[in-house]
Amino acid sequence: MADAFLRIDNLVKSFAGNTVVKGVNLAFEKGEFVSLLGPSGCGKTTILRMIAGFERPTSGQILVEGQDISPLPPNRRKIGMVFQAYALFPNMNVEDNVGFGLKIAGVARDERRARVEEMLKLIGLPGYGKRFPFEMSGGQQQRVALARALAPKPRMLLLDEPLSALDAKIRVSLREEIRAIQRELGITTVFVTHDQEEALSISDRIVVLSAGNVEQVGAPFEIYNKPATRFVATFVGQINTLTGRVVDGAARTVDLDGQVVHVPALPTGAAAGSEVALTLRPEAVRVAGAAEGDVTLDGTVAEVAFLGSVIRLKVRLGKNNIDLDTFNDPSTPPPALGNTIRVSLNSSDVFVLAD
Amino acid sequence: MIARRFWAWVVFALGAAYFLLPLLATFIFSLQMRRGRLTFDAYLSVFADARFQATFGYSLTCAVFAIIVGVAIVLPAAYFVRLRLQWLRPLMEFITLLPLIVPPIILVFGHIRMFNSSSILPLTNSAFGTDVLIVCGYVTLALPYMYRAIDTGLRTIDVGTLTEAATILGANPIRTMVSVIFPNIFVAVLSGAFLTFAIVIGEFVLASLLNRPAFGVYMQNVGANRAYEPSALAIVSFALTWGAMGVIQLLDRFAPKTARKD
Repeated sequence: MADAFLRIDNLVKSFAGNTVVKGVNLAFEKGEFVSLLGPSGCGKTTILRMIAGFERPTSGQILVEGQDISPLPPNRRKIGMVFQAYALFPNMNVEDNVGFGLKIAGVARDERRARVEEMLKLIGLPGYGKRFPFEMSGGQQQRVALARALAPKPRMLLLDEPLSALDAKIRVSLREEIRAIQRELGITTVFVTHDQEEALSISDRIVVLSAGNVEQVGAPFEIYNKPATRFVATFVGQINTLTGRVVDGAARTVDLDGQVVHVPALPTGAAAGSEVALTLRPEAVRVAGAAEGDVTLDGTVAEVAFLGSVIRLKVRLGKNNIDLDTFNDPSTPPPALGNTIRVSLNSSDVFVLAD
Repeated sequence: MIARRFWAWVVFALGAAYFLLPLLATFIFSLQMRRGRLTFDAYLSVFADARFQATFGYSLTCAVFAIIVGVAIVLPAAYFVRLRLQWLRPLMEFITLLPLIVPPIILVFGHIRMFNSSSILPLTNSAFGTDVLIVCGYVTLALPYMYRAIDTGLRTIDVGTLTEAATILGANPIRTMVSVIFPNIFVAVLSGAFLTFAIVIGEFVLASLLNRPAFGVYMQNVGANRAYEPSALAIVSFALTWGAMGVIQLLDRFAPKTARKD
């Protein structure tokens, strides 16, 4: 932690008495791609803006390579940033936009030109130098914005929801490009998004935020499969919450709609007969067949959603409803509404969440 | 539908006639300097007059300085109000509207009282000092137009994000304003400049009471002593003003285009 590239210590930000960032502590390693993920108003953009220097922390420190950058104005922090609204300068062509930071830094014209060409090649837009922003699509503009941010060789890159304004297909291809470029340059990157799929697909680590607090920090696999809190479990991906009754707290057994299930953990002090909320991902539940889990439950099909490669079923068990995902099999049509169905799951996939 | 369109045209024709007929009458009158013939003699007489050239040149110079000073004051003020002091906008609106409410005669008497020969800063003691004073007066008179033109220009761009984008790339506030903000609202600034020009060229009260040889004062003098030349001058003055408005419209086409979002 001590030698982290970017360290955030007890960061607090209040606006007119309303605290939007509440004592956040984070550490990012050099070359890491970290996403700040959370719903609107969770403080993720405010943290990013404090790193950039556009907001002054109410208290706390931001250290880059051990140096406190809080007193530095944004233009002296040597940080690159890409904005949601592209923010290309409309009066300048692509070449001048990309070269703007270099010009400010006093880089000689020839060197500048070479660097701009290098950047345009990197983003896959060689030969676009003379075009103006209004002559380009949103995806192309955002790539130019990325090149502009990277051209002065910043020590860190900040991405403020850079894909939000783009359509779905371009978002996917551009996020892959961003990740590839980031890997190639090895630049430490902080990416702000409210889109969990985006965060899961490109991050080394994800910081999940809620109401100004860090809920969990971890690799995408860990965040998705081992959510630390109910908020993380429900915000990242789909989740089933089932109510059961504790049969034996010490043996960790729960009655789930008439079936006794052995769960990996129970809240401390869970008494026999008390209600407990069990959670599991839809893909952990299967239609009972060849590869069955150790728990099988009978129910009726309440909803069928055909999503292309995946079919999502809602199955009504005794008191609980459970969503399950099954791959589309072209030779087998999905079950009809009202059909009786047997589902199975592994009790080891069930987890009990702290609030 | 046809009847409604007919009445719309009637209303338009009446409105146009209200403005154009006096102008047309003035124009025809200005051509009648020679009995029984329509000539441009009145215009030739005006253009040949050394006082016309001198006063027009003087007003033109004042207009240029008023534009420079006006832009230098209004652009940073409007920019920072829009960027950081949004709550000040109603106050700015009020202050910049004051020159439309306070008559120029009050303004010029205030100037004379504040800067006369017995004041701490006796600008009226010298011709140069009075010129400085008149330029300041013109800046004040043009303030409502200059501010609105620039503020409208600032509204067409994302001032906050562009400023942040330039800043994070290393630009200081002055560099940001000069390299990013100003070029993107250049057309709006030019609109303000041409409106200032139109106001200064025809201005009479300040120039007359400060006793400066401005074009407005010359027009008044000619009007009092000649018959056809004042009409020619009125047409010239209109042509200049309309020309300025036409240039504003033309320049609008060259404004930097807002980027696509698709």
